[in-house]
Amino acid sequence: MADPIIQIKDMNKWFGDFQVLKDINLDVEANKKIVVCGPSGSGKSTLIRCINRLEEHQKGSIVVDGTELSEQTKNIEQIRAEVGMVFQQFNLFPHLSILDNCTLAPIWVKKLPKKEAEELALKQLKQVQIDDQAYKYPGQLSGGQQQRCAIARALCMEPKIMLFDEPTSALDPEMIKEVLDAMVNLAKAGMTMIVVTHEMGFAKEVADEVIFMDEGMIVEKAETKEFFANPKSDRTKLFLSQIL
Amino acid sequence: MQKINFLSPDKNNLYAYLYTGIFLFLVSVFDVSLNSFLSINLTSFLPESISFILPLIIGFIGLHLIRIEYSGIKSLDLLNKNINTNSFNAFLSLIIIFVIIKSLPPILSWFILDANIAGDSKDVCTGTGACWTYIKIWFNRFMYGMYPNAEQWRINLSFISLAFLGSVGYFATEKYKKYLTLYYVVIYPIIAFLFIFFFISGGPIFFDFSYGIIAAVVSIIIGFFIPSKYKMYYFIIVPFTFYILLKYVIFYEELFELGKLEALVWVETGAWGGLSLTFIVSFFCLIFCFPVGLFLSLGRRSDLQIIKYISIGFIEFWRGVPLITVLFMSSVMFPMFLPEDMFIDKLVRVIIAISLFEAAYVAEVIRGGLQALPRGQYDAAKSLGMGYWKMHIFVILPQALKLVIPGIANTFLALVKDTPLIFVVGLLEIVGMLNLAKTNPDWLGFAMEGYVFASIVFFIICYAMSKYSYNLEQKYKTDR
Repeated sequence: MADPIIQIKDMNKWFGDFQVLKDINLDVEANKKIVVCGPSGSGKSTLIRCINRLEEHQKGSIVVDGTELSEQTKNIEQIRAEVGMVFQQFNLFPHLSILDNCTLAPIWVKKLPKKEAEELALKQLKQVQIDDQAYKYPGQLSGGQQQRCAIARALCMEPKIMLFDEPTSALDPEMIKEVLDAMVNLAKAGMTMIVVTHEMGFAKEVADEVIFMDEGMIVEKAETKEFFANPKSDRTKLFLSQIL
Repeated sequence: MQKINFLSPDKNNLYAYLYTGIFLFLVSVFDVSLNSFLSINLTSFLPESISFILPLIIGFIGLHLIRIEYSGIKSLDLLNKNINTNSFNAFLSLIIIFVIIKSLPPILSWFILDANIAGDSKDVCTGTGACWTYIKIWFNRFMYGMYPNAEQWRINLSFISLAFLGSVGYFATEKYKKYLTLYYVVIYPIIAFLFIFFFISGGPIFFDFSYGIIAAVVSIIIGFFIPSKYKMYYFIIVPFTFYILLKYVIFYEELFELGKLEALVWVETGAWGGLSLTFIVSFFCLIFCFPVGLFLSLGRRSDLQIIKYISIGFIEFWRGVPLITVLFMSSVMFPMFLPEDMFIDKLVRVIIAISLFEAAYVAEVIRGGLQALPRGQYDAAKSLGMGYWKMHIFVILPQALKLVIPGIANTFLALVKDTPLIFVVGLLEIVGMLNLAKTNPDWLGFAMEGYVFASIVFFIICYAMSKYSYNLEQKYKTDR
């Protein structure tokens, strides 16, 4: 069996004096889909932002695809290029068209020729069904379309791992489904995914494992069926009773 | 017909109110106009104070009568909404209208009716109006300073060529559009510098310039036939070798007759002046202060402590000292620190000083734009694997600079209007020339005309710049 693609050992993180993450241990194997849930302020977003080093951890180790993330990591850009990320607020580049949003990083980071990058981008946009919007600007699209574009943009880098930071939280209820559908398709295609979300339906459908976090700690980590059928800790039970 | 209540106009007798109101209003305007243009007082039979405020009262009643809400007449509603919403606003509107009518005749009389432009000496200016003759006679000086009359075609030619070269952006086809930024940021300033340094300045150096041009033109023509694989090496090596060959071998010691072409007369920068100097100083300061300011603003937000504190120190220093002392230092103090035989032209020193000074302001304006961007933009760019420079060049700066176009335009306008300060080092641009001209014994007493002329010139320049910045804003608007 190959090494897990993400290995987190005894990881701790502080914001000033406040400890956000406490002794996080987590291994993610390739092609696994992990859903992270928990109340707000429990450190879920911080955890996945640590995986591509948008946040720095102070103690412990994170190894992504064989490279340890630390102060000394020189090729952090290379790691980030392999780890795609989708944000709650979409974070599309408003001054570029949808197509340019998708081709910018492949052209300048991966040095793809422009034509190839555009073909790739159109293919990915077609996957999420917004290829007809390719020449519009982000401001002209609905929230759901913008988020799907953000997914396509991340996929254009052909990442090994995809991180989703509450991708549906900023959307109108009727747009949530179109984004979740895109994510389900991606999961079925075999992508390694770590998803922070409150969409338990999505978790039940695609997740291999569910992690429940509270107060910066991993409270429970279990197979999806096990997690929903019989949660072990009281905190998890309380959370599930409130959310379902 | 219903009873008409004049205290509260309503819709029922719309036209009765409307016609009476308009009539009263026109009467008041007519009275003021007669008074103002023809000095006739229609109400002179009344006591003076009543006669004075009578048009106000009549106009006020008139406006009151036409203040009918939802009259259904579009222009009337528009008028009411804008200048006649309530009694106080009606009163203010009337005062403003009357003040304009009252001040028109003296302005017209000073500018046109009683002004003189004929003749070529002070004696023709006998009227009470402006003496435009003064501007006419001194016009050349105001434009070119002390630049010799016979050589002024060099300035004209340079500026016309530069204006033409500057406008190529409008004519560029799709295919060449992507090179425009490079052209405007790098090539155009170099061309402008060459023109000004070699052509306006002139002197024996002009020969270097001509060798350079010959080398450049010939190597570009040959360059078309070089396979694109070697083009880069070709253009790095050949033009310079060619230039050196031309200068030191072929034309050396005037081996050929061509070398004996008469050079342009050298005109020292101290003689430059007038509006052309305003343009030269403004142009180069604008070009230099922008990149310096850009790097300072990035430096101030840098994670590298040394760069950060150097930037902060630089910005705070230049923002803390008055421009006039900076100019003085650059001209008087700075040469003392230079080695004996080293000489930097006064104009160059002044341009560097102003550029550094304004760069500090530009830096802070750009920093405002950088801070206005949501953190998510940085996160998204980083998460796509972009490093510091790629992130800034492709994602952060295009958005931040777009946000600060109004602020930058503001700083640039201030810069243009600061250029007259270079008189402290003895360089006389248009306002400096004015001050010189007004102390000329033959032309004493025409300071007013000069300053009005300078204001008009500056207004035209600054208004064009502000219009241009507004156009840029519209052009780069993508949010909807």
